[in-house]
Amino acid sequence: MRIDAQAIAKRFGDFTALEDVTLEVPEGSLTALLGPSGSGKSTLLRIIAGLEAPDSGAVLIDGTDVTAARPQERGIGFVFQHYAAFAHMTVRENIAFGLRIRKRPKDVVTARVDELLELVGLMTWAGQRPGQLSGGQRQRMALARALAVEPRVLLLDEPFGALDANVRAELRRWLRRLHDEQGVTTVLVTHDQEEAMEVADRIAVMHEGRIEQVGNPREVYDHPASDFVMGFLGPVSRLGHSLVRPHDVTLTHSPEGEVIEAMVARIVHLGFEVRIELELPDGSTAGAQLTRAQAEALELATGDIVYARPPAGVPIEPSLEGAPGGPPTSAARAADLAAIDAAES
Amino acid sequence: MVISRRATLSARVVVLIYLGLLLLLPLGVVFERTFAHGLAAAWGWITTPAAISAFWLSVIIAAIAVPLNTIFGVGCALVLVRSRARGRKVLDALIDLPFAVSPVIVGLALLLVYGQTGWFGTWFAHQGIRIIYAPTGMVLATIFVSLPFVVREVAPVLMEIGDEQEQAAATLGASGWQTFWRVTLPSIRWGVAYGVVLTTARALGEIGAVLVVSSNVAGSTLTLPLLVYQRDSQIGAGEISGAYAAATELAVMSLIVLLAMTVLGPRRNETK
Repeated sequence: MRIDAQAIAKRFGDFTALEDVTLEVPEGSLTALLGPSGSGKSTLLRIIAGLEAPDSGAVLIDGTDVTAARPQERGIGFVFQHYAAFAHMTVRENIAFGLRIRKRPKDVVTARVDELLELVGLMTWAGQRPGQLSGGQRQRMALARALAVEPRVLLLDEPFGALDANVRAELRRWLRRLHDEQGVTTVLVTHDQEEAMEVADRIAVMHEGRIEQVGNPREVYDHPASDFVMGFLGPVSRLGHSLVRPHDVTLTHSPEGEVIEAMVARIVHLGFEVRIELELPDGSTAGAQLTRAQAEALELATGDIVYARPPAGVPIEPSLEGAPGGPPTSAARAADLAAIDAAES
Repeated sequence: MVISRRATLSARVVVLIYLGLLLLLPLGVVFERTFAHGLAAAWGWITTPAAISAFWLSVIIAAIAVPLNTIFGVGCALVLVRSRARGRKVLDALIDLPFAVSPVIVGLALLLVYGQTGWFGTWFAHQGIRIIYAPTGMVLATIFVSLPFVVREVAPVLMEIGDEQEQAAATLGASGWQTFWRVTLPSIRWGVAYGVVLTTARALGEIGAVLVVSSNVAGSTLTLPLLVYQRDSQIGAGEISGAYAAATELAVMSLIVLLAMTVLGPRRNETK
């Protein structure tokens, strides 16, 4: 079912969590809310779920205004970062919880729970307590529990945030397959841009209580609407007055066209690719990412002077309109750093 | 910190002597005196009509005070930990009042409010209801002094388990009551049980507050601790023996409670 968040605002004391946020989640999509911590993404999800009340604005599920409805009445499935498993119940009882609350006949409950245990691969664990499961298994159980009541929408709050990297990667792929099979409209909150790019078909990038950009993964990566989005979705280098992706930087030995002079400060071999760290005339640093073949053809050595060229259409000098990127104000730089920190955390 | 063998050893000796002199020796003497005239004599003292009546009054008062304080305590802990109400801090401080105030003051306060000439007492007296110098007042006094235990045991456990399980239950369609019975209560059950045991121990043993509001008439308003106190303060070797016997009876009841505490204590922070 389609979800509409309309002009949502939420404050916690002095802190503005959300400021006039409007988001449309199309039916059957898997939309990621991507942003650093404190960007308001979890708050937005919890408002959609009814676990928080917005100060103003409206939430519509399938066209019906549910802003005043309690979570129980919204027909949602919610998955928490720390699983929120019912510790005193077995895995089977956990998954059956929603159905038993709804007083479904026993044989219906058993059949549905069996089906879900099969789906999440926990059949052999049915009689165990959640405490005996690994983190990944617990989260699969939590997903099965949320899916048991056939929710209209599935809301996932950093579902893989507490898991090991390899388990996380595995569960991402599994979640995407699950979504393709079940087709439940899903909203996923994450601070991990790789996770959002891999799993979601739409990404809403959030920053300081606002949505900066909504689009499919390619759009937000290739055509970021702001420096923040660019910095948050991947590595960036600043050449002159523009932000560029390190893999879009071309290095040459001759100053042809619009280029910037740089000194090779360090060469890092990363297997199939080579990262060149550059020192620019103004003392700032920038990175360029080359393939091995490109790097070998250039025969670079530390201390060499090279010329860095941004991709076509990206000016080094500020244009009269100041766009794209605009002048590198200190605020913009601070935002870049915040984005980079957030992407690493 | 490295502690030498000698220091450990002497610390142990000091602790043992301290406990021995203050706890074991006096209790041992009470036991010894109880059975000095034989088992039959001791049994005789605790089966007099006054002693049997005192035993049952103690049990009945505990049977009223403990469930009430359990319900109130769990509710209060939920308000303290889960709600964002404004009066929370005040409530938090008030809960500890019975710990801070001497039980005698509690009794005296009840006397002023519910006594024959007290604020509400006059009205109750007109209705022919007697509160002070009657078991009702003793129940009130006991409730007051044993009030904080359940709250103080349950609140940290609630804090520890957090509210995510409750939120998850809500998203799965459970109402507030369903969430409480199916999710919250099972998670805090050991904390509640431990609080109940502590409340019981206090309810059975309380003397100060109860003494003030009791008419101290054997057979009607004497609890076991009051009986011990009364027999002990009466002159005559016989009565003293009776005091020892009743004290031992009380001590045995406390030991049962203590046993329950030992069993429940380690589990009370288990949330599984």
